[in-house]
Amino acid sequence: MASLNLLVAVALVYVAILFAVAFTADRLAATGHGGWLRSPLVYTLSLSIYCTAWTFYGAVGYAARSGLEYVTIYLGPTLVMIGWWWGLRKLVRVGRSQRVTSIADLLSSRYGKSNALAACVTILAVIGVTPYIALQLQSITLSFSIFAAVEPGQNGLDNPGTSAFVVAVGLAVFAILFGTRNLDANERHHGVVTAIALEAVVKLIALLAVGIFVVWGLSGGVQATMARINASDLGTWDMDPGRWAAITFLSAAVFVCLPRMFQVMIVENDEESHLRTAAWAFPLYLMLMSLFVVPIAVVGLDLLPAGSNPDLFVLSLPLQEGRDSLAVLAFLGGFSSATSMVIVAAMALSTMMSNHIVMPIWLWFQRGPGATVSGDVRYVVLLARRIAIAATMALGYFYYRLSGGGTALASIGLIAFTGIAQMLPALVGGLFWRGATRLGALSGLTVGTVLWLYTMMLPGLDSADWIISNRMISDGPFGIGWLRPNALFGISGLDPIVHAVFWSLSVNFLVFFVVSLVTFPGPMERVQGAQFVNVFDHTPEPRGWSGSVAQSEDLMIMSQRILGARDARALFDAAAAEQGIADRLPEPTPDFLQVLERKLSGSVGAATAHAMLGQIVGGAAVSVEDLMAVASESAQILEYSNRLEAQSTELARTAAQLRVANEKLTQISLQKDAFLSQVSHELRTPMTSIRAFSEILRDTGGLSEEEKTRYSGIIHNEALRLTRLLDDLLDLSVLESGQISLNLSDGSLRSVLDHAVSTAMAGSDRPLDIRRDRGAEAVAIRSDLDRLAQVFINLITNAQKYCDAQHPVLRIAVSHADETLQVDFRDNGTGIPPHSQDMVFEKFARVSVEKAGGAGLGLAICREILERLGGSIEYVAGYDGAVFRVTLPAARALAAQ
Amino acid sequence: MDRKVLLIEDEPNIIEAIRFLLARDGWSVETHSNGVDAVEAVRDHAPDLVILDLMLPGRSGMEILRDLRADSATSRLPVLMLTARGQSRDRDMAEKAGVSRFMTKPFSNVEVMTAVRDLVAQASRQ
Repeated sequence: MASLNLLVAVALVYVAILFAVAFTADRLAATGHGGWLRSPLVYTLSLSIYCTAWTFYGAVGYAARSGLEYVTIYLGPTLVMIGWWWGLRKLVRVGRSQRVTSIADLLSSRYGKSNALAACVTILAVIGVTPYIALQLQSITLSFSIFAAVEPGQNGLDNPGTSAFVVAVGLAVFAILFGTRNLDANERHHGVVTAIALEAVVKLIALLAVGIFVVWGLSGGVQATMARINASDLGTWDMDPGRWAAITFLSAAVFVCLPRMFQVMIVENDEESHLRTAAWAFPLYLMLMSLFVVPIAVVGLDLLPAGSNPDLFVLSLPLQEGRDSLAVLAFLGGFSSATSMVIVAAMALSTMMSNHIVMPIWLWFQRGPGATVSGDVRYVVLLARRIAIAATMALGYFYYRLSGGGTALASIGLIAFTGIAQMLPALVGGLFWRGATRLGALSGLTVGTVLWLYTMMLPGLDSADWIISNRMISDGPFGIGWLRPNALFGISGLDPIVHAVFWSLSVNFLVFFVVSLVTFPGPMERVQGAQFVNVFDHTPEPRGWSGSVAQSEDLMIMSQRILGARDARALFDAAAAEQGIADRLPEPTPDFLQVLERKLSGSVGAATAHAMLGQIVGGAAVSVEDLMAVASESAQILEYSNRLEAQSTELARTAAQLRVANEKLTQISLQKDAFLSQVSHELRTPMTSIRAFSEILRDTGGLSEEEKTRYSGIIHNEALRLTRLLDDLLDLSVLESGQISLNLSDGSLRSVLDHAVSTAMAGSDRPLDIRRDRGAEAVAIRSDLDRLAQVFINLITNAQKYCDAQHPVLRIAVSHADETLQVDFRDNGTGIPPHSQDMVFEKFARVSVEKAGGAGLGLAICREILERLGGSIEYVAGYDGAVFRVTLPAARALAAQ
Repeated sequence: MDRKVLLIEDEPNIIEAIRFLLARDGWSVETHSNGVDAVEAVRDHAPDLVILDLMLPGRSGMEILRDLRADSATSRLPVLMLTARGQSRDRDMAEKAGVSRFMTKPFSNVEVMTAVRDLVAQASRQ
């Protein structure tokens, strides 16, 4: 009989070997010699942590109770490895490109780096895995107790509580030693993985050995064993298709979702190609593990006394038959199954707990005014992770103590499976459907978890009879029948497992889908969603950091705290070299920040790394939100710029107006100069004649009387001309200034014309034949009659002076048109040449060569007068002679003024 | 005394006054009353001196002066310019254009006669 002491010794030696292997593997990997550590074989063997003590011991018990149904536990993972290989490959690719550290990290990363989601997944994982860890502790304790039963009272280890405690502490130490050596949880834990691979080999050999012993040692060969199986109940039991489908689906789901499976399959994966090997090697392993389950169960039921725990047949059969060494080997197999599972599960859970629960809380407390990370984060993270491992183990231990360890192993396993499987909708949806949203994932997960607790945990707890009464299970809460945990919506008669799996997962899927449809993904979610779903389409470029305000020094300090001084230095130097900068910190370019965030997320998780970097960079990943903000800012700038432009246009317009005004002024000034120059000329010319002839008269002796008369006549005329000129100038000045006061009175056009003709012709020596239509002239007018006469006199005088016909004739014609009265003055001369027609009304404009006439102000004065009288004067071209047309408003209109 | 003066002026009374003065001093006086063909008139009459009004119908006296100076036959011909516009700018321009003497109207008869005599004397000395 194997003594318990021997067993303990063997276990200790085995553990020591595991320590040594793990230590050596770590050293080899660190020095770069461990090429074989990264072989696909080690990867495949590490996947065997799927086979826990539950499958090592429990499968036989399962078979003994439910026949071939235990196969479903192996069927699910096999189907996943073979049939969903491409899905796993995508998962691995995503995991590597996003440097995820756990399934919680993956989901958080997918759904916009949501820490709330990560925390929820973490909590669910803890709830789901804690019973599982308790299960492992229980299996080890039970296996001890089997040996203790043979030889009781030797030491304290036969006390289940003590042995479980010792085992829990031991496993915690191992997990802490090898699972938290590196801060970067995304790095490979070669030591742990190698130890697990060794344990996988041990448990396979142990189970095969027991199986071979049973088939060939106890049953007498394959034939006899088959006969024995056929004779037993196991071979004939019907299979329940519902249960088979549900459990197969469940085991397939948790094969991907279980934190420890995710750890070894995704996080610890070195190369995608390893999956190729695992796709056939792992199912093979599972097949070997399940090969002797039925024979052991059948033979155990046959040979062992009734009432023996079928969960421990693997151990009790060899012991019963006195094969101590085989029993010890079997114990080691079970021990390996339990320890490897517990270690990896503790590592995975601790990473999740520290990254998604402890670090966010710690960061929140640390958020001081400086807004940067202070203190040694590296130490904090490691400490958090170690405490989390210890806490996980403690939880498992207390659960084991509280549950009393009485429940069948297999049923606890299925309950845990169903809980973990609630992550599946969010995981698969996130991987293949871009429309999946954070709220959808959160809602589905929450609803699924609640249903799981309600339909599975609650009835499971009922034996403990803590909180709920049996009445609630049988009649529903508050007597509401359709809410019975075992028969939701009145659907009774289903197997409890099928019922729970069906309701929790289908409602989970439905809620996830519907909420995802009705909610709108945030910008970061959309970016990450595209990254995940299209991970094979493009190189990973999740999002850019805007590093413009990031301080390289701050980043360096933070990185040192998380990665350690040497690694951080190496990372920054590499980045600097890539940027072509020597001996300096790299520029915080978006590329570098992205690399840094990836690196940091390997240590503290995506959400935390994002948050920490965000604190330094200024809280700004360039998200669509930011772009929108920038866009709206740009719009404001644009608007401002438009306003400036408008102002500038306004200024330009004002400047143009000023320029025009200035030009006008300059022109006016020039016109004034020209006018003064003209006036000077017009004044000096007659004065010249006057001076010259008066000097001649004065200085020249012997002038004839005729000459004297002539010269004094010239002087007289020129003096008159000067007077006239001054009169005209003053007149014009008054008219132009608008200070003229009109003297309106009623009269007839005829009398005005009579007065004008008689005045113009008086004292004229030049003949002019004036022809009038006196009848037409009988028009009543109201105007300033003197001014109007002045205009007519001017026109008649002009005709008198300038009409170059042999017999000058002036026709004065009056006509009515609409509201106006037209008076045309038409002579029979050659008229005004076309090029001069435009300027005849300008001041000092003269058409004729001779200057004998006035100063050229007459027509300008006429124009001014008529403007004041509300009429106009124009030169009408196209006639033989010169035609001036005076237009006056009709009497009525004029009277109205 | 066969000295010839060409008077280019459009104001009849001033023509009459200057003609009277010069004729009494023994000059033969030709007159021309517009600017357009004044340069041809100078060429045709080949005077010893030109009295040129600044403001002429058709063409400005300043342009006529430039043409005369540009022509080698008349480049040294004494030109006495008269103007009724009393602006110094006109004087500057005329001097640049090569006027021999510039006088502003109204002038004193003695001044004009003295100027005419001086200019012709200078021209004959050269």
